[in-house]
Amino acid sequence: MEAVFAACVGFMSACGIFLMLRGHTFTLVIGLTLLSYAVNLFLFASGGLKIGAPDVLGASNDYADPLPQALVLTAIVIGFAMTAFAVILAMRGRSDSGNDHVDGKEPNLEWKEPR
Amino acid sequence: MLYGDGLSALLVCLSCLLGFCVHLYACAGDDQRGPFFHPLFMFQIMGINGAFLTGDIFNLFVFFEILLIASYSLMVHGGGKAKIQANVHYVFLNLIGSALFLFALGTLYGATGTLNMADMAQRVALLDAEQQLIAKAGALLLLAVFGLKAAMVPVHFWLPKTYASATAPVAALFAIMTKVGLYSIWRVHGAIFGDYAGELANVAQPWLWPIGLATIALGVIAALASQSLRTLISNLVIVSVGTLLITIYVHQLDATRAGVYYLIHSTLSCAAMFLLAGVFVSLRGKAEDRLVSAKPMPRAGLLGSLFALLAIALIGMPPLSGFVGKALILQSIQQPELQLWAWSAILIGGLAALIGLSRAGTTLFWNTSGDHPEASTIHPLQITAILLLVISLPLMVVFGGVLTELSDTAAQHLHRALEVETLLEASQW
Repeated sequence: MEAVFAACVGFMSACGIFLMLRGHTFTLVIGLTLLSYAVNLFLFASGGLKIGAPDVLGASNDYADPLPQALVLTAIVIGFAMTAFAVILAMRGRSDSGNDHVDGKEPNLEWKEPR
Repeated sequence: MLYGDGLSALLVCLSCLLGFCVHLYACAGDDQRGPFFHPLFMFQIMGINGAFLTGDIFNLFVFFEILLIASYSLMVHGGGKAKIQANVHYVFLNLIGSALFLFALGTLYGATGTLNMADMAQRVALLDAEQQLIAKAGALLLLAVFGLKAAMVPVHFWLPKTYASATAPVAALFAIMTKVGLYSIWRVHGAIFGDYAGELANVAQPWLWPIGLATIALGVIAALASQSLRTLISNLVIVSVGTLLITIYVHQLDATRAGVYYLIHSTLSCAAMFLLAGVFVSLRGKAEDRLVSAKPMPRAGLLGSLFALLAIALIGMPPLSGFVGKALILQSIQQPELQLWAWSAILIGGLAALIGLSRAGTTLFWNTSGDHPEASTIHPLQITAILLLVISLPLMVVFGGVLTELSDTAAQHLHRALEVETLLEASQW
Protein backbone atom coordinates (compact mmCIF):
# COMPACT_ATOMS: atom_id res chain seq x y z
CA MET A 1 0.00 0.00 0.00
CA GLU A 2 2.82 2.39 0.89
CA ALA A 3 4.40 1.99 -2.54
CA VAL A 4 1.15 2.69 -4.41
CA PHE A 5 0.41 5.66 -2.18
CA ALA A 6 3.91 7.10 -2.59
CA ALA A 7 3.77 6.57 -6.36
CA CYS A 8 0.44 8.40 -6.55
CA VAL A 9 1.73 11.36 -4.55
CA GLY A 10 4.94 11.46 -6.58
CA PHE A 11 3.13 11.24 -9.92
CA MET A 12 0.70 13.96 -8.97
CA SER A 13 3.46 16.30 -7.75
CA ALA A 14 5.44 15.64 -10.93
CA CYS A 15 2.41 16.49 -13.10
CA GLY A 16 1.73 19.58 -10.98
CA ILE A 17 5.29 20.83 -11.23
CA PHE A 18 5.37 20.15 -14.99
CA LEU A 19 2.20 22.17 -15.49
CA MET A 20 3.47 24.99 -13.24
CA LEU A 21 6.60 25.35 -15.33
CA ARG A 22 4.46 26.51 -18.27
CA GLY A 23 4.22 30.25 -18.56
CA HIS A 24 0.43 30.57 -18.57
CA THR A 25 -1.82 31.25 -15.64
CA PHE A 26 -4.38 28.61 -16.72
CA THR A 27 -1.90 25.74 -16.61
CA LEU A 28 -0.36 27.29 -13.52
CA VAL A 29 -3.67 27.14 -11.63
CA ILE A 30 -4.24 23.52 -12.71
CA GLY A 31 -0.69 22.62 -11.71
CA LEU A 32 -1.15 24.27 -8.33
CA THR A 33 -4.38 22.37 -7.77
CA LEU A 34 -2.67 19.07 -8.58
CA LEU A 35 0.23 19.96 -6.30
CA SER A 36 -2.10 20.83 -3.43
CA TYR A 37 -3.89 17.47 -3.88
CA ALA A 38 -0.51 15.78 -3.69
CA VAL A 39 0.36 17.80 -0.57
CA ASN A 40 -2.89 16.82 1.12
CA LEU A 41 -2.31 13.14 0.44
CA PHE A 42 1.29 13.48 1.61
CA LEU A 43 0.24 15.12 4.88
CA PHE A 44 -2.40 12.43 5.35
CA ALA A 45 0.29 9.77 5.17
CA SER A 46 2.79 11.60 7.37
CA GLY A 47 1.52 9.88 10.51
CA GLY A 48 1.95 6.42 8.97
CA LEU A 49 -0.61 4.37 7.01
CA LYS A 50 -2.80 1.90 8.86
CA ILE A 51 -5.78 -0.15 7.69
CA GLY A 52 -8.84 -0.63 9.84
CA ALA A 53 -7.47 1.35 12.78
CA PRO A 54 -9.84 3.93 14.32
CA ASP A 55 -8.50 7.40 15.00
CA VAL A 56 -10.18 7.58 18.39
CA LEU A 57 -8.17 6.97 21.53
CA GLY A 58 -9.43 4.10 23.69
CA ALA A 59 -11.56 2.49 20.97
CA SER A 60 -8.87 -0.09 20.29
CA ASN A 61 -5.22 -0.69 21.07
CA ASP A 62 -4.14 0.00 17.50
CA TYR A 63 -5.23 3.48 16.49
CA ALA A 64 -4.36 5.77 13.58
CA ASP A 65 -2.68 9.11 14.24
CA PRO A 66 -5.48 11.71 14.26
CA LEU A 67 -3.23 14.78 14.02
CA PRO A 68 -2.43 14.52 10.26
CA GLN A 69 -6.17 14.46 9.56
CA ALA A 70 -6.56 17.76 11.37
CA LEU A 71 -3.60 19.15 9.45
CA VAL A 72 -5.06 17.99 6.13
CA LEU A 73 -8.36 19.65 6.96
CA THR A 74 -6.60 22.96 7.61
CA ALA A 75 -4.48 22.57 4.49
CA ILE A 76 -7.55 21.83 2.32
CA VAL A 77 -9.41 24.90 3.58
CA ILE A 78 -6.43 27.20 3.11
CA GLY A 79 -5.55 25.67 -0.27
CA PHE A 80 -9.13 26.11 -1.48
CA ALA A 81 -9.24 29.78 -0.49
CA MET A 82 -5.87 30.47 -2.06
CA THR A 83 -6.82 28.74 -5.32
CA ALA A 84 -10.03 30.76 -5.50
CA PHE A 85 -8.03 33.97 -5.07
CA ALA A 86 -5.48 32.86 -7.67
CA VAL A 87 -8.24 32.10 -10.22
CA ILE A 88 -9.81 35.55 -9.76
CA LEU A 89 -6.42 37.20 -10.02
CA ALA A 90 -5.59 35.22 -13.17
CA MET A 91 -8.90 36.25 -14.75
CA ARG A 92 -8.22 39.88 -13.89
CA GLY A 93 -4.74 39.64 -15.37
CA ARG A 94 -6.19 37.98 -18.49
CA SER A 95 -8.70 40.80 -19.00
CA ASP A 96 -6.07 43.48 -18.34
CA SER A 97 -3.42 42.24 -20.71
CA GLY A 98 -5.48 40.28 -23.27
CA ASN A 99 -3.55 37.03 -22.80
CA ASP A 100 -2.93 34.67 -19.95
CA HIS A 101 0.86 34.69 -19.93
CA VAL A 102 2.25 35.30 -16.44
CA ASP A 103 4.36 38.22 -17.69
CA GLY A 104 1.35 39.89 -19.32
CA LYS A 105 2.76 39.43 -22.83
CA GLU A 106 3.83 36.48 -24.93
CA PRO A 107 7.62 36.34 -25.09
CA ASN A 108 9.07 37.02 -28.51
CA LEU A 109 11.30 34.04 -29.05
CA GLU A 110 11.94 34.52 -32.77
CA TRP A 111 15.54 34.97 -33.70
CA LYS A 112 16.23 38.33 -35.31
CA GLU A 113 19.14 38.68 -37.72
CA PRO A 114 21.56 41.23 -36.26
CA ARG A 115 21.89 44.18 -38.62
CA MET B 1 -0.29 27.75 21.43
CA LEU B 2 1.28 31.19 21.51
CA TYR B 3 4.64 31.64 23.11
CA GLY B 4 6.59 34.83 23.53
CA ASP B 5 10.24 35.24 24.49
CA GLY B 6 12.54 38.25 24.23
CA LEU B 7 12.91 38.01 20.46
CA SER B 8 9.19 37.61 19.79
CA ALA B 9 8.31 40.48 22.11
CA LEU B 10 10.82 42.82 20.49
CA LEU B 11 9.62 41.99 16.98
CA VAL B 12 5.95 42.33 17.93
CA CYS B 13 6.75 45.80 19.33
CA LEU B 14 8.51 46.61 16.07
CA SER B 15 5.61 45.48 13.90
CA CYS B 16 3.14 47.44 16.04
CA LEU B 17 5.22 50.62 15.87
CA LEU B 18 5.59 50.20 12.13
CA GLY B 19 1.90 49.38 11.75
CA PHE B 20 0.94 52.53 13.69
CA CYS B 21 3.10 54.88 11.59
CA VAL B 22 2.08 53.27 8.30
CA HIS B 23 -1.59 53.36 9.26
CA LEU B 24 -1.26 57.04 10.14
CA TYR B 25 0.20 57.67 6.69
CA ALA B 26 -2.54 55.64 5.01
CA CYS B 27 -5.26 57.66 6.76
CA ALA B 28 -4.12 60.70 4.76
CA GLY B 29 -6.02 59.42 1.74
CA ASP B 30 -4.35 56.24 0.50
CA ASP B 31 -6.94 54.16 2.34
CA GLN B 32 -9.71 55.59 0.14
CA ARG B 33 -8.19 54.28 -3.07
CA GLY B 34 -9.77 50.86 -2.74
CA PRO B 35 -12.24 48.97 -0.55
CA PHE B 36 -11.51 47.21 2.75
CA PHE B 37 -8.10 48.74 3.38
CA HIS B 38 -8.39 48.90 7.17
CA PRO B 39 -9.65 45.35 7.83
CA LEU B 40 -7.03 43.89 5.49
CA PHE B 41 -4.34 45.96 7.17
CA MET B 42 -5.36 44.67 10.61
CA PHE B 43 -5.50 41.14 9.23
CA GLN B 44 -1.96 41.48 7.94
CA ILE B 45 -0.68 42.83 11.27
CA MET B 46 -2.38 39.90 12.99
CA GLY B 47 -0.63 37.42 10.70
CA ILE B 48 2.77 39.06 11.26
CA ASN B 49 2.40 39.21 15.04
CA GLY B 50 1.06 35.66 15.14
CA ALA B 51 4.03 34.37 13.14
CA PHE B 52 6.37 36.05 15.62
CA LEU B 53 4.53 34.64 18.63
CA THR B 54 3.78 31.05 17.73
CA GLY B 55 5.60 28.12 19.30
CA ASP B 56 4.13 25.52 16.98
CA ILE B 57 5.45 25.02 13.49
CA PHE B 58 2.06 24.28 11.94
CA ASN B 59 0.61 27.42 13.48
CA LEU B 60 3.54 29.22 11.89
CA PHE B 61 2.23 27.96 8.54
CA VAL B 62 -1.29 29.13 9.35
CA PHE B 63 -0.11 32.60 10.37
CA PHE B 64 2.03 32.76 7.23
CA GLU B 65 -1.08 32.08 5.17
CA ILE B 66 -3.04 34.75 7.07
CA LEU B 67 -0.42 37.39 6.42
CA LEU B 68 -0.04 36.23 2.83
CA ILE B 69 -3.72 36.32 1.90
CA ALA B 70 -3.99 39.80 3.42
CA SER B 71 -0.89 40.88 1.52
CA TYR B 72 -2.25 39.47 -1.77
CA SER B 73 -5.25 41.77 -1.45
CA LEU B 74 -3.33 44.76 -0.09
CA MET B 75 -0.87 44.41 -2.95
CA VAL B 76 -3.57 45.29 -5.52
CA HIS B 77 -4.95 48.09 -3.33
CA GLY B 78 -5.31 51.12 -5.58
CA GLY B 79 -5.59 49.06 -8.74
CA GLY B 80 -3.76 49.37 -12.03
CA LYS B 81 -2.18 47.03 -14.53
CA ALA B 82 1.31 47.14 -13.00
CA LYS B 83 0.02 46.02 -9.60
CA ILE B 84 -2.04 43.14 -11.05
CA GLN B 85 0.96 42.00 -13.08
CA ALA B 86 3.36 42.08 -10.15
CA ASN B 87 0.76 40.41 -7.96
CA VAL B 88 0.42 37.47 -10.38
CA HIS B 89 4.11 36.65 -9.84
CA TYR B 90 3.91 37.29 -6.11
CA VAL B 91 0.80 35.19 -5.51
CA PHE B 92 1.80 32.19 -7.60
CA LEU B 93 5.33 32.04 -6.18
CA ASN B 94 3.98 32.17 -2.65
CA LEU B 95 1.35 29.52 -3.38
CA ILE B 96 4.12 27.20 -4.55
CA GLY B 97 6.02 28.17 -1.40
CA SER B 98 3.02 27.23 0.74
CA ALA B 99 2.80 23.82 -0.95
CA LEU B 100 6.50 23.22 -0.25
CA PHE B 101 5.97 24.39 3.35
CA LEU B 102 3.33 21.69 3.82
CA PHE B 103 5.57 19.04 2.27
CA ALA B 104 8.33 20.06 4.70
CA LEU B 105 5.94 19.98 7.67
CA GLY B 106 4.70 16.51 6.71
CA THR B 107 8.28 15.30 6.40
CA LEU B 108 9.31 16.73 9.76
CA TYR B 109 6.18 15.39 11.46
CA GLY B 110 6.78 11.97 9.97
CA ALA B 111 10.39 11.97 11.19
CA THR B 112 10.02 13.52 14.63
CA GLY B 113 6.38 12.88 15.50
CA THR B 114 5.79 16.40 16.80
CA LEU B 115 5.05 19.89 15.55
CA ASN B 116 5.89 21.78 18.73
CA MET B 117 9.13 23.67 18.11
CA ALA B 118 10.62 23.03 21.54
CA ASP B 119 9.67 19.36 21.49
CA MET B 120 11.08 19.02 17.97
CA ALA B 121 14.34 20.64 19.06
CA GLN B 122 14.78 17.89 21.63
CA ARG B 123 13.76 15.05 19.37
CA VAL B 124 15.95 15.87 16.34
CA ALA B 125 19.02 15.11 18.45
CA LEU B 126 17.73 11.58 19.17
CA LEU B 127 16.79 10.46 15.63
CA ASP B 128 18.32 7.36 14.10
CA ALA B 129 20.29 7.58 10.86
CA GLU B 130 17.36 6.88 8.52
CA GLN B 131 15.07 9.42 10.16
CA GLN B 132 17.89 11.96 10.21
CA LEU B 133 18.01 11.94 6.43
CA ILE B 134 14.26 12.57 6.22
CA ALA B 135 14.43 15.32 8.82
CA LYS B 136 17.33 16.91 6.95
CA ALA B 137 15.28 16.97 3.75
CA GLY B 138 12.44 18.61 5.65
CA ALA B 139 14.74 21.19 7.22
CA LEU B 140 16.30 22.19 3.90
CA LEU B 141 12.86 22.38 2.24
CA LEU B 142 11.89 24.78 5.01
CA LEU B 143 15.00 26.84 4.27
CA ALA B 144 13.84 27.15 0.66
CA VAL B 145 10.36 28.23 1.79
CA PHE B 146 11.59 30.79 4.31
CA GLY B 147 14.16 31.94 1.77
CA LEU B 148 11.34 32.68 -0.66
CA LYS B 149 9.58 34.85 1.94
CA ALA B 150 12.84 36.47 3.00
CA ALA B 151 13.89 37.13 -0.62
CA MET B 152 17.24 35.40 -0.59
CA VAL B 153 19.06 34.51 -3.80
CA PRO B 154 18.01 32.72 -6.04
CA VAL B 155 14.34 33.19 -5.09
CA HIS B 156 14.36 36.98 -4.66
CA PHE B 157 13.29 38.04 -8.14
CA TRP B 158 9.70 38.71 -7.12
CA LEU B 159 10.64 41.38 -4.59
CA PRO B 160 11.67 44.51 -6.52
CA LYS B 161 8.66 44.44 -8.86
CA THR B 162 6.21 43.71 -6.04
CA TYR B 163 7.48 46.35 -3.64
CA ALA B 164 8.02 48.97 -6.32
CA SER B 165 4.47 48.71 -7.69
CA ALA B 166 2.59 48.50 -4.37
CA THR B 167 0.94 51.60 -2.85
CA ALA B 168 3.31 53.44 -0.48
CA PRO B 169 1.82 52.34 2.88
CA VAL B 170 1.51 48.76 1.65
CA ALA B 171 5.13 48.70 0.48
CA ALA B 172 6.20 50.17 3.83
CA LEU B 173 4.32 47.46 5.72
CA PHE B 174 5.87 44.83 3.45
CA ALA B 175 9.28 45.99 4.73
CA ILE B 176 8.71 43.73 7.73
CA MET B 177 7.55 40.74 5.67
CA THR B 178 11.03 39.69 4.56
CA LYS B 179 11.95 39.89 8.24
CA VAL B 180 9.26 37.33 9.09
CA GLY B 181 11.08 34.89 6.80
CA LEU B 182 14.43 35.69 8.44
CA TYR B 183 12.89 35.30 11.90
CA SER B 184 11.63 31.84 10.91
CA ILE B 185 15.10 30.85 9.69
CA TRP B 186 16.42 31.96 13.07
CA ARG B 187 13.82 29.93 14.92
CA VAL B 188 13.96 26.78 12.83
CA HIS B 189 17.53 26.57 11.58
CA GLY B 190 19.15 28.54 14.39
CA ALA B 191 17.33 26.93 17.30
CA ILE B 192 15.70 23.61 16.30
CA PHE B 193 18.50 22.61 13.95
CA GLY B 194 21.08 24.61 15.92
CA ASP B 195 24.13 23.64 17.89
CA TYR B 196 22.43 20.95 19.96
CA ALA B 197 20.75 18.99 17.17
CA GLY B 198 23.29 16.17 17.30
CA GLU B 199 24.11 14.87 13.83
CA LEU B 200 21.81 17.44 12.30
CA ALA B 201 23.47 20.40 14.04
CA ASN B 202 23.61 23.52 11.86
CA VAL B 203 22.23 21.70 8.85
CA ALA B 204 21.52 24.93 6.94
CA GLN B 205 24.81 26.69 7.70
CA PRO B 206 26.76 25.51 4.61
CA TRP B 207 24.02 27.02 2.44
CA LEU B 208 23.54 30.29 4.29
CA TRP B 209 27.09 31.56 3.76
CA PRO B 210 27.25 31.55 -0.07
CA ILE B 211 23.59 32.52 -0.32
CA GLY B 212 24.10 35.49 2.00
CA LEU B 213 27.09 36.74 0.02
CA ALA B 214 25.31 36.20 -3.31
CA THR B 215 22.23 38.03 -2.02
CA ILE B 216 24.34 41.07 -1.14
CA ALA B 217 26.18 40.92 -4.47
CA LEU B 218 23.05 40.70 -6.62
CA GLY B 219 21.28 43.31 -4.49
CA VAL B 220 24.22 45.69 -5.00
CA ILE B 221 24.27 45.19 -8.76
CA ALA B 222 20.50 45.67 -9.00
CA ALA B 223 20.63 48.75 -6.73
CA LEU B 224 23.19 50.38 -8.99
CA ALA B 225 21.02 49.68 -12.05
CA SER B 226 17.72 50.89 -10.52
CA GLN B 227 15.70 53.34 -12.61
CA SER B 228 13.31 54.51 -9.91
CA LEU B 229 13.53 55.32 -6.22
CA ARG B 230 11.18 52.53 -5.14
CA THR B 231 13.12 49.91 -7.12
CA LEU B 232 16.30 51.23 -5.50
CA ILE B 233 14.86 50.85 -1.99
CA SER B 234 13.59 47.35 -2.84
CA ASN B 235 17.08 46.34 -3.87
CA LEU B 236 18.50 47.83 -0.67
CA VAL B 237 16.00 45.64 1.20
CA ILE B 238 17.59 42.66 -0.58
CA VAL B 239 21.07 43.85 0.48
CA SER B 240 19.90 44.05 4.09
CA VAL B 241 18.47 40.52 3.83
CA GLY B 242 21.89 39.30 2.70
CA THR B 243 23.56 41.07 5.62
CA LEU B 244 21.16 39.44 8.06
CA LEU B 245 21.71 36.01 6.46
CA ILE B 246 25.41 36.43 7.20
CA THR B 247 24.69 37.14 10.87
CA ILE B 248 22.49 34.03 10.97
CA TYR B 249 25.37 32.06 9.46
CA VAL B 250 27.91 33.35 12.02
CA HIS B 251 25.51 32.13 14.69
CA GLN B 252 27.37 33.50 17.72
CA LEU B 253 25.53 35.32 20.48
CA ASP B 254 27.15 38.61 19.43
CA ALA B 255 26.15 38.14 15.82
CA THR B 256 22.55 37.36 16.69
CA ARG B 257 22.40 40.43 18.92
CA ALA B 258 23.81 42.62 16.16
CA GLY B 259 21.42 41.01 13.69
CA VAL B 260 18.38 41.79 15.83
CA TYR B 261 19.46 45.43 16.19
CA TYR B 262 20.13 45.75 12.46
CA LEU B 263 16.81 44.08 11.63
CA ILE B 264 14.92 46.72 13.63
CA HIS B 265 16.89 49.55 12.04
CA SER B 266 16.53 48.22 8.51
CA THR B 267 12.77 47.68 8.84
CA LEU B 268 12.14 51.19 10.14
CA SER B 269 14.42 53.01 7.71
CA CYS B 270 13.26 51.10 4.61
CA ALA B 271 9.62 51.63 5.56
CA ALA B 272 10.17 55.37 6.08
CA MET B 273 11.90 55.60 2.71
CA PHE B 274 8.98 53.81 1.00
CA LEU B 275 6.56 56.29 2.60
CA LEU B 276 8.71 59.22 1.46
CA ALA B 277 8.83 57.76 -2.05
CA GLY B 278 5.03 57.67 -1.93
CA VAL B 279 5.02 61.43 -1.24
CA PHE B 280 7.39 61.98 -4.18
CA VAL B 281 5.11 59.94 -6.44
CA SER B 282 2.15 62.14 -5.56
CA LEU B 283 4.15 65.37 -6.04
CA ARG B 284 6.03 64.67 -9.25
CA GLY B 285 3.08 63.98 -11.53
CA LYS B 286 3.81 61.75 -14.51
CA ALA B 287 7.49 61.37 -13.61
CA GLU B 288 6.40 59.54 -10.40
CA ASP B 289 9.56 58.38 -8.64
CA ARG B 290 11.54 57.62 -11.78
CA LEU B 291 15.02 59.10 -11.77
CA VAL B 292 14.39 61.56 -14.61
CA SER B 293 14.23 65.31 -14.88
CA ALA B 294 10.89 66.75 -13.75
CA LYS B 295 9.31 69.90 -12.40
CA PRO B 296 10.73 71.04 -9.04
CA MET B 297 9.04 69.69 -5.94
CA PRO B 298 7.21 71.91 -3.45
CA ARG B 299 8.54 71.92 0.15
CA ALA B 300 11.87 70.70 -1.22
CA GLY B 301 13.71 71.78 1.93
CA LEU B 302 11.70 69.61 4.30
CA LEU B 303 11.46 66.62 1.95
CA GLY B 304 15.13 66.92 1.05
CA SER B 305 16.26 66.88 4.68
CA LEU B 306 14.08 63.85 5.40
CA PHE B 307 15.50 62.11 2.35
CA ALA B 308 19.08 62.94 3.40
CA LEU B 309 18.53 61.66 6.94
CA LEU B 310 17.02 58.41 5.71
CA ALA B 311 19.76 58.00 3.12
CA ILE B 312 22.38 58.38 5.89
CA ALA B 313 20.59 55.71 7.92
CA LEU B 314 20.25 53.31 4.97
CA ILE B 315 23.89 53.73 3.93
CA GLY B 316 25.04 53.15 7.49
CA MET B 317 26.88 56.40 8.17
CA PRO B 318 27.15 57.96 11.61
CA PRO B 319 25.34 59.31 13.57
CA LEU B 320 22.19 57.26 12.84
CA SER B 321 21.32 53.71 13.75
CA GLY B 322 22.51 52.16 10.48
CA PHE B 323 26.08 52.87 11.52
CA VAL B 324 25.62 51.26 14.95
CA GLY B 325 23.94 48.21 13.43
CA LYS B 326 26.63 47.67 10.82
CA ALA B 327 29.44 48.31 13.32
CA LEU B 328 27.94 45.72 15.68
CA ILE B 329 27.68 43.18 12.84
CA LEU B 330 31.25 43.79 11.64
CA GLN B 331 32.52 43.56 15.23
CA SER B 332 30.71 40.28 15.84
CA ILE B 333 32.44 38.47 12.97
CA GLN B 334 35.61 37.27 14.64
CA GLN B 335 36.99 34.50 12.44
CA PRO B 336 39.61 35.97 10.03
CA GLU B 337 38.57 33.74 7.11
CA LEU B 338 34.99 34.99 7.41
CA GLN B 339 36.03 38.59 8.04
CA LEU B 340 37.61 38.98 4.62
CA TRP B 341 34.42 38.11 2.73
CA ALA B 342 31.80 39.37 5.13
CA TRP B 343 33.45 42.74 5.79
CA SER B 344 34.00 43.44 2.11
CA ALA B 345 30.46 42.35 1.18
CA ILE B 346 28.81 44.46 3.88
CA LEU B 347 30.99 47.51 3.22
CA ILE B 348 30.47 47.28 -0.54
CA GLY B 349 26.74 47.04 0.18
CA GLY B 350 27.05 50.36 2.03
CA LEU B 351 29.01 51.90 -0.84
CA ALA B 352 26.35 50.84 -3.35
CA ALA B 353 23.66 52.39 -1.16
CA LEU B 354 25.74 55.59 -1.03
CA ILE B 355 26.10 55.76 -4.82
CA GLY B 356 22.50 54.79 -5.56
CA LEU B 357 20.93 57.14 -3.03
CA SER B 358 23.16 60.14 -3.91
CA ARG B 359 22.28 59.65 -7.56
CA ALA B 360 18.59 59.37 -6.70
CA GLY B 361 18.64 62.43 -4.43
CA THR B 362 20.54 64.55 -6.94
CA THR B 363 18.10 63.70 -9.72
CA LEU B 364 14.97 64.06 -7.64
CA PHE B 365 15.80 67.43 -6.10
CA TRP B 366 18.24 69.18 -8.40
CA ASN B 367 17.66 67.85 -11.92
CA THR B 368 14.56 69.98 -12.42
CA SER B 369 13.17 71.91 -15.32
CA GLY B 370 10.52 74.65 -15.40
CA ASP B 371 10.11 76.95 -12.44
CA HIS B 372 6.53 76.44 -11.36
CA PRO B 373 6.19 73.83 -8.66
CA GLU B 374 3.06 71.82 -9.24
CA ALA B 375 0.28 72.95 -6.99
CA SER B 376 -0.15 69.93 -4.82
CA THR B 377 -0.03 69.66 -1.07
CA ILE B 378 1.35 67.17 1.37
CA HIS B 379 -1.09 65.94 3.99
CA PRO B 380 0.18 66.68 7.54
CA LEU B 381 -0.51 63.08 8.59
CA GLN B 382 1.90 61.84 5.93
CA ILE B 383 4.68 64.08 7.22
CA THR B 384 3.87 63.12 10.83
CA ALA B 385 4.13 59.41 10.03
CA ILE B 386 7.44 59.81 8.22
CA LEU B 387 8.79 62.07 10.97
CA LEU B 388 7.87 59.50 13.63
CA LEU B 389 9.82 56.82 11.78
CA VAL B 390 12.77 59.15 11.12
CA ILE B 391 12.93 60.25 14.77
CA SER B 392 13.00 56.63 15.87
CA LEU B 393 16.36 56.20 14.11
CA PRO B 394 18.39 58.70 16.24
CA LEU B 395 16.45 57.43 19.26
CA MET B 396 17.80 53.96 18.47
CA VAL B 397 21.28 55.46 18.88
CA VAL B 398 20.52 57.57 21.97
CA PHE B 399 18.89 54.62 23.70
CA GLY B 400 21.34 52.23 22.05
CA GLY B 401 22.36 50.79 25.44
CA VAL B 402 18.81 49.81 26.32
CA LEU B 403 18.13 48.47 22.86
CA THR B 404 21.31 46.37 22.69
CA GLU B 405 20.43 44.95 26.10
CA LEU B 406 16.97 44.05 24.78
CA SER B 407 18.42 42.46 21.65
CA ASP B 408 20.96 40.68 23.84
CA THR B 409 18.11 39.17 25.85
CA ALA B 410 16.40 38.24 22.58
CA ALA B 411 19.55 36.55 21.29
CA GLN B 412 20.04 34.68 24.56
CA HIS B 413 16.45 33.45 24.51
CA LEU B 414 16.90 32.28 20.93
CA HIS B 415 20.14 30.47 21.67
CA ARG B 416 18.73 28.99 24.84
CA ALA B 417 15.87 27.45 22.89
CA LEU B 418 16.82 24.06 24.27
CA GLU B 419 15.75 25.13 27.71
CA VAL B 420 12.41 23.72 26.80
CA GLU B 421 11.06 22.64 30.12
CA THR B 422 9.34 25.98 30.53
CA LEU B 423 7.97 25.82 27.01
CA LEU B 424 6.74 22.26 27.39
CA GLU B 425 5.13 23.18 30.67
CA ALA B 426 3.41 26.07 28.95
CA SER B 427 2.11 23.76 26.25
CA GLN B 428 0.51 21.51 28.84
CA TRP B 429 -2.06 24.18 29.63
